[in-house]
Amino acid sequence: MTHTLSAKHTDAPPATRRRLTVSPRARSIVEKLVGAGIVLWGAATAAFLAQVALPGDRATTILNVRSGQTQLRTPEELAPINAEYGLQDPVLVQYLDYLGGLLRGDLGISYQQHRPVWGIISEQVGATLALTAVTLVLAWVIMVFWVTLTAGRGPRIRAFGSGVDTVTAGLPPYWLGILLLLVFALGLGWFPVIGGTGVNGIVLPALTLAIPLAGFMGQATRTEFERSLDAPFVLTARMRGMGDVGIRLRHVLRHAVLPAVTLSGWAIGATISGAVIVESLFTRPGIGSVLITAVDSQDLPVVTGVVVLVAATYVVANLLVDLAYTLIDPRMKNS
Amino acid sequence: MTDLRQQAVATAPVRRHVSAGFVASAITLGLFVVAAVAPNALTPHDPFAMDFTQALQSPSLVHWFGTDESGRDLFSRVIYGTRESLAIGAGAAGLAILVALVLGSVAALAGRIPAGIVNRVIEVLFAFPTLLLALLLVSILGSSPLTLVIAVGLGSAPGYARMVRGQVLSSKNSGYVEAARALGHSRSTILRQHILPNALRPLIAIFTMGVGQSIVWASGMAFIGLGVAPPSPEWGALLDAGRAYITQASWLTVLPGFVIVVLALAATTLGKHIQSFLEKGEKA
Repeated sequence: MTHTLSAKHTDAPPATRRRLTVSPRARSIVEKLVGAGIVLWGAATAAFLAQVALPGDRATTILNVRSGQTQLRTPEELAPINAEYGLQDPVLVQYLDYLGGLLRGDLGISYQQHRPVWGIISEQVGATLALTAVTLVLAWVIMVFWVTLTAGRGPRIRAFGSGVDTVTAGLPPYWLGILLLLVFALGLGWFPVIGGTGVNGIVLPALTLAIPLAGFMGQATRTEFERSLDAPFVLTARMRGMGDVGIRLRHVLRHAVLPAVTLSGWAIGATISGAVIVESLFTRPGIGSVLITAVDSQDLPVVTGVVVLVAATYVVANLLVDLAYTLIDPRMKNS
Repeated sequence: MTDLRQQAVATAPVRRHVSAGFVASAITLGLFVVAAVAPNALTPHDPFAMDFTQALQSPSLVHWFGTDESGRDLFSRVIYGTRESLAIGAGAAGLAILVALVLGSVAALAGRIPAGIVNRVIEVLFAFPTLLLALLLVSILGSSPLTLVIAVGLGSAPGYARMVRGQVLSSKNSGYVEAARALGHSRSTILRQHILPNALRPLIAIFTMGVGQSIVWASGMAFIGLGVAPPSPEWGALLDAGRAYITQASWLTVLPGFVIVVLALAATTLGKHIQSFLEKGEKA
């Protein structure tokens, strides 16, 4: 969001016309790419620092994590671990190795499972991405339906609509999940209690994540929706004899969803992290169980691997939203 | 001067319009504070007394929230868990705001280069979702109530830091600061008397909402077994303990969860009211 604000496109001087013309649009795109690159680099650095910050001797920790014991180790035991993870190198060398590894798609080696982190994550990430995608679609459908139905009506309906937004936005996923589980899986038996990977098993976990997200996006959309309802173009449309539903769907909605589009990058990150709790509740496969086990056993390469991937997803999604704006917004056209 | 003051007194009652939402959320939070300070005043039973003949009783007039697998009264346990849950929530929100205040003020007030660096740091930290950042910290520090406070506090700090930066920036660019500058006040006077008080005031609202949010995060982490562990009556620990009985005794998770939702909702509502009250005060 701040990328959009910080882009100085409006007051760029039209000086360089004679030389190689750099349009403000191109410059703003380059600025955004550089900004995203810096954030990615910062995220990788934070992940590296987290691994170094683990208290105690790392080789000892790795051996203890692997064996599930807590004991002092002899130098003979530690030597192969130090060699394998390059722990005898200076920290700067380790840092550069880590960054180089990330560029090649190497997230490090799990302390506990003794195999590449990427392998562990890639086995499970599909289920989480499927859940995330279904959640985002469901959240948009619920949000658009609810806001179009209740925004800008009489004062009572308006208050009710935005009240529902506030309440649902604050619902913790574990609680909503338990309620849905009790009503629709145990009570009515419409859905399986244990998620699984089938189409039927994804409905309740996705709804659990989508309802609060819809409430959250609804709050942003509702404000813009009610503002757009008073806009001149709506009056024009009314004068042309267009019906209320048509105006809401064809004119107002288009303006009103922009803040929610801006939230998409954030929403993807928030949904993936909410998925950790929901996957645990519905015993669904996914990176949630990988992450919970890794946090519990201090398997830091796995934890930082997941965290870096989610941060990268957030940055890329935000970048795409920003670039889409740059390309769509007619005010950005270089005359 | 006196004229102005009289005017202010005369218009005050008009602004003191209190809504039902404000009263309800304030009373609700007040009850939670009572439960935290003097839990024995509200509990009908001993929260730690086990009675296996009464195990897994569903909610009734005797046991309002039912009993757990050891026959302990769940309502009393929820009341007794309030202190730790509130302490975790307030501690985490306080820590988050403290960190946010430092980062946000530097980002808004420092020179171009330090501000730029801190801005980037905030952006980087904001790329990590709260729960994941908190889980990363728990995996480094191990899980205990104190690390939970640190993890949730630092995990939610980046979002608050962006808010503080916005507040300080808008205060810095406001008319009254321009006026103070034109009057020749020194930088430190302007900072102390104008920018900080105006940027700090909204933090009361943000803190109120943050306490509720932090409790939700902390209990979520307990729910996946990475927060406060049973047999503590802390709310997250109650959820964790009740998970095993979802099919037979759903009240063990539904009711503590409901209490968390009520608290979070009351905190959000009260925070929003404080916020709009402060904004009105600024306009008037």
